[in-house]
Amino acid sequence: MSHPAAAALSAGFDDPVFDAQASFRAAMWALARPGRVERLDARLAPPAPLLPEAAALALALCDYETPIWLDAPLAAAPAVGAFLRFHTGAPIVEEPGAARFALIADPRGLNDFTAFPQGSPDYPDASVTLILQVESFGKSDLVLEGPGIKGTAGFGAAPLPVDFVARMAANRALFPRGVDLLLAGAGGVAGLPRSVFVKEG
Amino acid sequence: MSAQATSSMPRSSMPDITYNFAYLDEQTKRMIRRAILKAIAVPGYQVPFAAREMPMPYGWGTGGVQVTAAVLGPKDVLKVIDQGADDTTNAVAIRGFFEKTARVATTTATADATVIQTRHRIPETALNENQILVYQVPIPEPLRFLEPRETETRQLHALAEYGLMHVKLYEDIARHGHIATTYAYPVEVAGRYVMDPSPIPKFDNPKMDDCPALQLFGAGREKRIYAIPPHTRVHSLDFEDHPFKVQHFAKPCALCAATGVYLDEVILDDKGGRMFVCSDTDYCNTRQAQGHVGELGVPAEDAA
Ligand SMILES: [Zn+2]
Repeated sequence: MSHPAAAALSAGFDDPVFDAQASFRAAMWALARPGRVERLDARLAPPAPLLPEAAALALALCDYETPIWLDAPLAAAPAVGAFLRFHTGAPIVEEPGAARFALIADPRGLNDFTAFPQGSPDYPDASVTLILQVESFGKSDLVLEGPGIKGTAGFGAAPLPVDFVARMAANRALFPRGVDLLLAGAGGVAGLPRSVFVKEG
Repeated sequence: MSAQATSSMPRSSMPDITYNFAYLDEQTKRMIRRAILKAIAVPGYQVPFAAREMPMPYGWGTGGVQVTAAVLGPKDVLKVIDQGADDTTNAVAIRGFFEKTARVATTTATADATVIQTRHRIPETALNENQILVYQVPIPEPLRFLEPRETETRQLHALAEYGLMHVKLYEDIARHGHIATTYAYPVEVAGRYVMDPSPIPKFDNPKMDDCPALQLFGAGREKRIYAIPPHTRVHSLDFEDHPFKVQHFAKPCALCAATGVYLDEVILDDKGGRMFVCSDTDYCNTRQAQGHVGELGVPAEDAA
């Protein structure tokens, strides 16, 4: 790699083509089967506090067409923005309202969903995808229902915003507008698309 | 831009030509993949995407080919069907295209495939939760024949205003005594969007409902991608006094004796001789190999 900044940056995918495909497929099944944790074998060592799983999703899905917004802990680490810009070509934006992807290292401090693009009635797809970094999955204290789920499914991840169920209910009420969530960490990714109903277990 | 290198195919002994894996460049695949994710999040909604020219004519399912190219990985096993058959020119060409550009394994057996690209049919063998069914779609907009203006149809979808579609189906009933639409029969997905299921026979519509597989739809000419997640309610539009009904066949398959499957008419001679056989050739062949014999079939052990 001849780019002058390359030496200072953490490496991207070993195999840009197949690692991107595998990361996409994990995200695809995650959104297609809400709450089911898909294995995401992220062979990356991104700068802290960016997790390998979140970095893999960003590298697989982002490019110059998709502005990325970083939450405070990620924005406070200049190496994170440099890593993402270098490996994806995506602009890092200050305004959450301009983002197509948002990376959230601290889900407890997550902005209100309404700060992000939620699509329009004519183009509901013109909305953000939020990538929330989580430490763990398990302890099914939530119950999910909706497309992609046979009956209902239990789900749990931590950390999440304290008012998570209320936020997801408000998001569902906007359907077909709304934001879509990918929860990444602990070797996996789970999806909570806007179509899902989330209730306390 | 450093990380966007293309994978150098082939990896072994073929001539030293660099292909993009599955033909499309990485930027195009990313764009299509993002469209697929949004399509899954909003079931039945048609996501616009910047379709690329493919090295085949539009009628050959370039939309489906692009979706397949975007999802396909080296471990996939691909099946391609056209009107239920694996051996038509179209199916053979698309299968060959991915064998060459992605070097994936291919199969004709529905149960062995992880990705199935289809034109005009859903396989008779029940799909499973690890499969992706990719439909080739010629005209994605179910309201197109009722309202030609894209800005208008977009608004009708935004408002879930599907009265026009019901009026059209009801006019059928007034004229013919029943709903005359037999292909591309419109469905409502997850209680919200009305969607064109592509020109499959309405016989196949019930297979879309609560299907364990992921269903993706690609329209190349009109540049739209849409999706039905697994286990999603797919309801064929109908009326209380005229409930949705599938085609019914009077006789079983002439070759394998299957019932409850979609049959094609085959002309046998120029004196009006004809038979009805499974449109799904893999299903029919498998049954014949298992020993099922229809009235014009030959027992498997006697076959040449
Ligand atoms: Zn048969």
